[in-house]
Amino acid sequence: MHDILEQLSICVERGKVDIKSPFPADMKGREGADELTRKAIENKIPASKILNDALMTGMQRIGEKFGQGKAFIPDLLIAAKAMNAAMEHLKPFFESGEAKHKGKIIMGTVSGDLHDIGKNIVKMVLKGSGWDVIDLGVDVSSQKFIDALAEHPGSYVGLSALLTTTMLHMQDTTQVIKDTYPGTKVFVGGAPLSQEFCDKIGADGYFRDPQSFAKYLSGIVQ
Amino acid sequence: MKKFNSLAISNADDLIFGNAQNPVKCGNGMVIGDGVVFPEINFTLPSIKISGETWKEVLQQYREIADNISRRARALKAPGFVVEFEQLPPMTQNPQMGAEITEILKNALNQLYQNDGIKNALRVTVVDLRDADRPPQLRDGNACHQTLSAFELSAQAGADILSIESVGGKEIHDQALMYADLKGIIASLGILAYRDVSWLWQQIKTITNRYNIIAGGDTACGFANTAMQLAGQGMLPDILAALVRAASVPRSLAAYENGAIGPSKDCAYEGPYIKAITGTPISMEGKSSCCAHFSPLGNIAAAAADLWSNESVQNVRLLSGNAPEVFYELLEYDCRLFNTATKHNTQRQLRELFVQSDIRQNIQALMLEPETVLKISRAIVEQTGGYNQTLAAAKTAFHCMQQAADSGLVHLSEIESSWFLKLKQELDEVPVLEDEALNWLYENYGSLFIPESYNLKNLV
Repeated sequence: MHDILEQLSICVERGKVDIKSPFPADMKGREGADELTRKAIENKIPASKILNDALMTGMQRIGEKFGQGKAFIPDLLIAAKAMNAAMEHLKPFFESGEAKHKGKIIMGTVSGDLHDIGKNIVKMVLKGSGWDVIDLGVDVSSQKFIDALAEHPGSYVGLSALLTTTMLHMQDTTQVIKDTYPGTKVFVGGAPLSQEFCDKIGADGYFRDPQSFAKYLSGIVQ
Repeated sequence: MKKFNSLAISNADDLIFGNAQNPVKCGNGMVIGDGVVFPEINFTLPSIKISGETWKEVLQQYREIADNISRRARALKAPGFVVEFEQLPPMTQNPQMGAEITEILKNALNQLYQNDGIKNALRVTVVDLRDADRPPQLRDGNACHQTLSAFELSAQAGADILSIESVGGKEIHDQALMYADLKGIIASLGILAYRDVSWLWQQIKTITNRYNIIAGGDTACGFANTAMQLAGQGMLPDILAALVRAASVPRSLAAYENGAIGPSKDCAYEGPYIKAITGTPISMEGKSSCCAHFSPLGNIAAAAADLWSNESVQNVRLLSGNAPEVFYELLEYDCRLFNTATKHNTQRQLRELFVQSDIRQNIQALMLEPETVLKISRAIVEQTGGYNQTLAAAKTAFHCMQQAADSGLVHLSEIESSWFLKLKQELDEVPVLEDEALNWLYENYGSLFIPESYNLKNLV
């Protein structure tokens, strides 16, 4: 791998955003994701190569550490922050179509439920894994999901709930989505849920943690 | 506004279950914190939609729960207990719904007292709906009016104690927590949450005064318990969750500065601090709440409890009976043990067993150890203002954790140790002055909160 790309992947993995970032302490004063991405572009390295060989590699490494219990969510998010700093420089290449997101996912906490920290963690992990996430917030009606799908056709949908009384709304929402946009994949998550419940309501997948969801999604688009 | 400049309990031996400096009389003959620990039973609906079509069934569920609990209380010859009715969002959004259930529960409790002489009280906890919009409008708007109206109607319908898990500052704290951003965590708790709790409890106190009932207390559930749960799932460092626990005390204390008199909410694991500082009785939950969530504080949480709770359990059938009745029995037996220990003057030994059985297992438990509680509480009352108190609590908690790790009392894993150093550096960089912290908050999280919600100047 190109030396800049290797350095860049380490910056992403360890959450070194730019030269001013105080963390990690042993990288203080060194160039971060921001400066190294600029350098990579100046060196005519293709945007898709920067994305796949450096940024995604760094995210994958920290994701694996998280899966092994050797990193925490803040490690993942700080890595995502470094990745976002790099992505700022890659934006023009995305706009021209030279580089692409993995796909779009519409997320929301279902009707009647105000809990959102779980959904937000999933959102951030997915963003860090290269997904374009449309967050509809909390207490989201079925109609709002339908409206969002009209605006972002072909998106995946992620539903979240924390209450035993609101998880039941997932069934209606899933049904309405499948009736209106057949073929749309709907995924569910939240503390009171189970695979059995997911199967019962006709959703396409249930995930206990953000990493397994991100891994699954990456698998289906490959 | 009441200010606490010294500790109500200054000797760790006195920070013990069943005894509070300022016991609370409420409901049907209950006196909480006067030498006896009582159960506080909590419950929720099974999987059922709450709507006009299901409403009769919903009410029937609550009637069944009340009947089952009353039956168990009679069977166990219970001296007394508290029922907590924690509303679900539609019950606060439509306050008359919450009031209807309150009335059902209150009637059942009145009957139990009249017929069997079993003392009891009903706590109603309304949902803080103000969190629905981001950024939240906290002092005005529909969600705020519905929340306050739910308090009013619950009081009218027979609630003896009012409580809430308030959410001011959470819009920043959620974000800061996920990034382990201590500046954001401390500013959101010390400036925003502290201001919101102060304002909100002035409103609640007006209502409780009008109905001559009890302003119970708040909980940092949305802050410190979120951190605890995320740490439990390996998503956050335990040391961060422990730090947030201590840092959340001043925002919960603000309720007592503004009229709350306890018992505190069960999920407020900051309860022992509240008790040490204010002398009010506290409700706690530990291993008895594993039906609702897991925690590393199962035994130590009992050390200073005046009410012993199960947090929440669905009304579903188990082998012996329905879950609320089952958990009521479990709480009742735990309370018998507390109270027998007190009767035999062995309460300190029992408390020590609660403490020692948890303290080495997880650094979060250290935050509930009586000497640590007093050390951090002292640091809080030596300061004035929410921000200074929050920063002092965090710094003292960090110092206590460092001492515990250095002395070998608790073992930190490699990854926890690396975060320990990171947080130490972060903590050193947290602004000492509130104005400086506020400016930092505007700069870094300005788009996420509405300054007017906190009676702060809008700089835009």
